[in-house]
Amino acid sequence: MNTLKQQIDALAAGQTTSVALVSECLKQIAAHNSQLNALITVDADKALAAAAAADAARAAGDTRPMLGVPLIHKDIFCHEGWKTSCGSKMLDNFIAPYSSQVAENCDAAGFVVVARANMDEFAMGSANENSYYGAVKNPWDQKAVPGGSSGGSAAAVAAGFAAVATGTDTGGSIRQPAAFCGITGIKPTYGIVSRFGMVAYASSLDQGGPMAHTAEDCALMLNVMAGFDERDSTSLEHAKEDYTRDLATPLAGLKIGLPREYFAEGLDTEVAAAIKAAVEQYKALGATIVDISLPNTKLAIPSYYVIAPAEASSNLSRFDGVRYGHRTGKTGNLDDMYEQTRAEGFGTEVKRRIMTGAYVLSHGYYDAYYIKAQKVRRLIANDFQAAFEQCDVIMGPVTPTTAWHIGEKNADPIAVYLEDIYTLGVNLAGLPGMSVPVGFASNGHPIGLQIIGNYFSEAKMLGVAHQYQQVTDWHSKSPAL
Amino acid sequence: MSLSQDDVRRIARLARIAVSDDEVQESQSQLNQLFALIEEMRAVNTDGIEPMAHAQDVMLRLREDVATAPNRRDAFQAVAPSVENGLYLVPKVIE
Repeated sequence: MNTLKQQIDALAAGQTTSVALVSECLKQIAAHNSQLNALITVDADKALAAAAAADAARAAGDTRPMLGVPLIHKDIFCHEGWKTSCGSKMLDNFIAPYSSQVAENCDAAGFVVVARANMDEFAMGSANENSYYGAVKNPWDQKAVPGGSSGGSAAAVAAGFAAVATGTDTGGSIRQPAAFCGITGIKPTYGIVSRFGMVAYASSLDQGGPMAHTAEDCALMLNVMAGFDERDSTSLEHAKEDYTRDLATPLAGLKIGLPREYFAEGLDTEVAAAIKAAVEQYKALGATIVDISLPNTKLAIPSYYVIAPAEASSNLSRFDGVRYGHRTGKTGNLDDMYEQTRAEGFGTEVKRRIMTGAYVLSHGYYDAYYIKAQKVRRLIANDFQAAFEQCDVIMGPVTPTTAWHIGEKNADPIAVYLEDIYTLGVNLAGLPGMSVPVGFASNGHPIGLQIIGNYFSEAKMLGVAHQYQQVTDWHSKSPAL
Repeated sequence: MSLSQDDVRRIARLARIAVSDDEVQESQSQLNQLFALIEEMRAVNTDGIEPMAHAQDVMLRLREDVATAPNRRDAFQAVAPSVENGLYLVPKVIE
């Protein structure tokens, strides 16, 4: 395992070069991506040219710490000149004519992009089986899913294709694949990372964030990704923070809330045991445990599966075959063109969510479904605020089970929605949440601990995760490829 | 509540997605399964609860009404399926 921090230090000390680091990534990609299918686009020539330029800049006195460090972007972030497919046939021919704020921030920091990661189509999915480019395989067990929707990013980091990748999380899409692939990931407070140029799924929930091996790397990466952006109408005018500032803070006196509802029926016994062992480790580090309740936990599923499809149906109306992306080859009038283009360009899950959204927003149903879901959303957010009066952070599982097998749940796509029970509430409330590796099940699949903090508490959460990673080594395990 | 196949066709039409008969049947069963799940939520008492549209209750920002983006029409039209003289082409809409 090679971390972002190690790469930064080695580059600064002159012990390695960007060309060497990028070459190592490309070697790993060439050896293993054909099996894992974690990446949609790899551009070795472009990456090596950028690496050589980074090395020349460093030799000429450029001291940006991330200068020349390899990075993989989820294929949802527009990056000028790169194909930005969002995992969809609809955007298979789309070369981004501009860059997202996240891609611009990473470019400004000096990162070298080596590849673009596979993902569930338009970020809709929990297994990365909904990609136009095929399913991604879990590096720990190639018969298993890597989670989704940032499954390509998670698998790529776990497989050593790069130390760090970008992801996005609308209902768990950073945390769940991080848990399934044994890496660390954080979904920040809604509004911290700009959504400008990030292909929209559900705009009131979508949030970008880093995925890496360690909490320290996530903190370093979040420093690059976060920041106010006037081009995102919901970007928060929040002062720039150093997310590494609490990494060394001891945990004595930390109050950890364990929500009863996260340990109830449906939680796999091996996952429960690993979470409990992690909690014991936290007690040994000086934390105290508080029993808390998030009574509306179960309602996150219906609330999310009304709100997210509603926003998706609106956002994805832009794919009309006129301005960019796929257009049908069939002839017909304008309406035929729209309907055929969308029938051909979207996959099954995307169509289902768009249709769900179109229905809940339609005349006569808006109050019964959409407004009702927004009221339930507030109940869920209120639960978290009541809980944070009793504790500093909340801990629990990320997922009820470890990674399932590819194809295992295809017959019942709605049942898969239930697997998101522990992650959806965080998005609905807009809170930061992260996943930290805390062990393996007997089948060898990784298990993730979820840490949920109050608004703007990323630095504290990253410190809480980092302190655990100082005394455990789950995060440093690598799969045998 | 249960959606009929005609309901599914109407929803697909609203969403501007062409659907085959097989897809109507499959969508009908899955949408009904999903709405059964969603139904649980409708029984919850939310009297006096304000709908939460956004994670942070902040006002949308206003800005000066001045042009800020440069004209990049050529770059944006380079990715369009069909353009001519700077215009997007669509099937004929006026007979």
